[in-house]
Amino acid sequence: MPRIGVFVCWCGSNIGGVIDCPKLATDAVNLPGVVYSTEYKYMCSEPGQNSIIQAIRDHRLDRVVVASCSPRLHEETFRKTLARAGLNPYLLEMANIREHCTWVHNKEPEKAQAKSLALVSRAVAKANLLEPLFPSSIPMTKRCLVIGGGIAGIQTALDVADAGHEVILVEREPTIGGNMVKLDKTFPTLDCSACISTPKMVAVSTHPNITLYTYSEVAGVDGYIGNFEVTIRCKVSYVDHTKCTGCGDCQAKCPTKVSNEFNLGLDTRKAIYIPFPQAVPNKPVIDAANCRYFTTGKCKICQKICAAGAIDYEQQETIITEKVGAIVVATGYQLFDWAAAYGEYGYGRFPDVVTGMHFERLVNAAGPTGGKILRPSDQTEPKTVVFVKCVGSRDPAKGKEYCSRACCMYTAKHAHQVLEKVPGAKVYIFYIDVRTPGKAYEEFYQRTISDGAVYVRGRVSKIYQLGDKLVVRGSDTLLGRPVEVEADMVVLASAMVSSGGIEDVARMVSVQVDKDGWLQEAHPKLRPVETHTGGVFLAGTCQGPKDIPDTVAQASAAASKVSGLLFREELATDPMISTVNQAICTGCGLCVPVCPYQAVELKTITERIPGHAPRERTVASVNSGLCQGCGACNVACRPGAIQVKGFSNDELVAEVDAICL
Amino acid sequence: MHHVNLTAAADAKFQERLAKASGQDVKQCYQCGKCTAGCPIAYAMDEPPNRIMRMLQLGLKDEVLDSKAIWLCSTCATCTTRCPKNIDVAGVMDSLRVMAKQEGRTRALRSIDLFNDIFLGSVRKYGRVHEFGVGMGHNLRMGKLLKDVDIGTGLMTKGRMKLFPSKIKGQGEIARIFNEVYKLEEAE
Repeated sequence: MPRIGVFVCWCGSNIGGVIDCPKLATDAVNLPGVVYSTEYKYMCSEPGQNSIIQAIRDHRLDRVVVASCSPRLHEETFRKTLARAGLNPYLLEMANIREHCTWVHNKEPEKAQAKSLALVSRAVAKANLLEPLFPSSIPMTKRCLVIGGGIAGIQTALDVADAGHEVILVEREPTIGGNMVKLDKTFPTLDCSACISTPKMVAVSTHPNITLYTYSEVAGVDGYIGNFEVTIRCKVSYVDHTKCTGCGDCQAKCPTKVSNEFNLGLDTRKAIYIPFPQAVPNKPVIDAANCRYFTTGKCKICQKICAAGAIDYEQQETIITEKVGAIVVATGYQLFDWAAAYGEYGYGRFPDVVTGMHFERLVNAAGPTGGKILRPSDQTEPKTVVFVKCVGSRDPAKGKEYCSRACCMYTAKHAHQVLEKVPGAKVYIFYIDVRTPGKAYEEFYQRTISDGAVYVRGRVSKIYQLGDKLVVRGSDTLLGRPVEVEADMVVLASAMVSSGGIEDVARMVSVQVDKDGWLQEAHPKLRPVETHTGGVFLAGTCQGPKDIPDTVAQASAAASKVSGLLFREELATDPMISTVNQAICTGCGLCVPVCPYQAVELKTITERIPGHAPRERTVASVNSGLCQGCGACNVACRPGAIQVKGFSNDELVAEVDAICL
Repeated sequence: MHHVNLTAAADAKFQERLAKASGQDVKQCYQCGKCTAGCPIAYAMDEPPNRIMRMLQLGLKDEVLDSKAIWLCSTCATCTTRCPKNIDVAGVMDSLRVMAKQEGRTRALRSIDLFNDIFLGSVRKYGRVHEFGVGMGHNLRMGKLLKDVDIGTGLMTKGRMKLFPSKIKGQGEIARIFNEVYKLEEAE
């Protein structure tokens, strides 16, 4: 018979102010298996914990029930207390009489008292059946995969590599750099984006600990924390990068011009191309969909011109597998497709209604206009520019409910740039709220106002073309009147949304996608770069909209988590995971598809029954590295062969009986 | 309500003149509304002080100079004292009245403009205010002869208001002050 001790916590007045804790402790003594019961003001405090240790020793307790707050808050605390007293830490059960009782029933103390006792009875019933559990260990592969080569992926890769670990960086575009290299200047200090990001790109390509796969995609992820096996698909570039010297002759001679996606279609590029002059690697790829040779069978000019003989029209896709111990997802963002949603802004029909990213390219010295702000329709300098914020953001009807966080600041920066570069320019900024929470952000916004930008509080309801002007109609809610502006160019701060293909990446690494399409972190405040899948971390805007400083901070945070993990020789696993009783498993396999972590698989065992020939049988098997103890398999299992340790069927039934019978 | 065309309606010259006259940068206004919240006259104004500031940010000259609010402002300067951006809102109001007066746009509240004129006239003439004269003058010009007569009678019987004006010493200095101001105005 177990010897159970019950410890009732007052939690100051949180519990003690609603129910009679001494009475609860007295009542608990009568529960089956309970040999000792007491109460204390703050059980989690040092004296509170010591009183538990003392009671375990004095009363030879072998199970402990703490009736206090949620186990989410203090289960770890009290498990350590048990360990200090020499008990297996998993012989603890908590009764949550704060969140589940006194906080919600503080107006009805009598009923709260009865419910508290019921909750304690439940915990005691389970405690009677608790078994000691022991963590096991799994080996650690000291390498890291980073998916995505934008500023988040670059920063993570550099930090992990600098810590001395091998990094595999995979980027699906022909160059790393992501969105940040497209930007002109960065708020609030106005340093040139390329000047601060391209050196990091070069550092990635030259770092001895980093293996870079550009124009490649992660095709599959198997395994579990410490032991992932990753399949990488290297797309066909038709250029042998081991031979190519990056001279650029092929690009110069290629006869086919197509819309340049790096400049968002504001100019053209060739069919064989290096995305931009500072690309890493600085070597071209052939866009086969537009290449004259691939579409008509004739041309081969690039092959003829290439002195290094690097052009290879027969090149095939290659598949590489790499073993890693940790994975960082840094897949970034793209801009919301505003043209599909906003008919009132012209559905994208007006060439001079552009996005903030177009503006970045227009104002960038390396962009299609050489840094002159010229409107796309007639290449003239716009004198009146209207900025519209929250296009697709804060618009649950047409776009996303959330705030995209960076737009207020980059719009202020754009306004500043127009006023600086275009003499006599007028700038109007339509906004709902101006949000500038960041170091030196508010000051930058105020500076833009001082520069002469007119902020108009209201959402634009319509944009239409009138001659060579764009009439922007909105409302000034501070003035209380509808207003209109005759603009030469309109710049929309369109929402950030997650990158295309995020669902595929999420599925491969078993990370949840939230309601807005971002990857779900393990805890919004306390575990912001971790996920619910062990060994998988998040960096940058794949987790939610953020600006460059926050992205870099999060990337370094993810890197430090990864480094901490990779420094270990082996990993202790949570023992509260599924286990299979092979004796009663029928091998039906229902548990395999329900597992969200691909932790259950079928295997064949050989049974030896005395007097019979050895017999082969299929049973389920749980990979302890992958299992997160969610219990989905337990529910699916008809014979009850697969159960979660610490949450066995017998324990759960005993809890239900204690409350309901 | 017709749309205010911000590009056409914004009067940049007016904004510059006001900035020079008041020494204030109305662009800096947060539109937080603290001026209006503390204004003892806001209840009577057609446009509250923060909206006057908003109109100034947009350069809506006519709306501001034709408003009653600028004349109702008592220059108590509660707004100025409380403004988080240190804008002298009362000073801006003062500058606006001067500009309205210069342009002859005083129809919004004729009685206040008239009172200002008669008041200053009395000071110029006697060196101090002759209350009875100012009151009667205002009543005559407004065509409301018996306005506030009950209060006036009481004040006179208690000896708080004199029937005849008295002059101060130093009439010459008063005249010089007025002449200097006229010269400054002409120079503008």
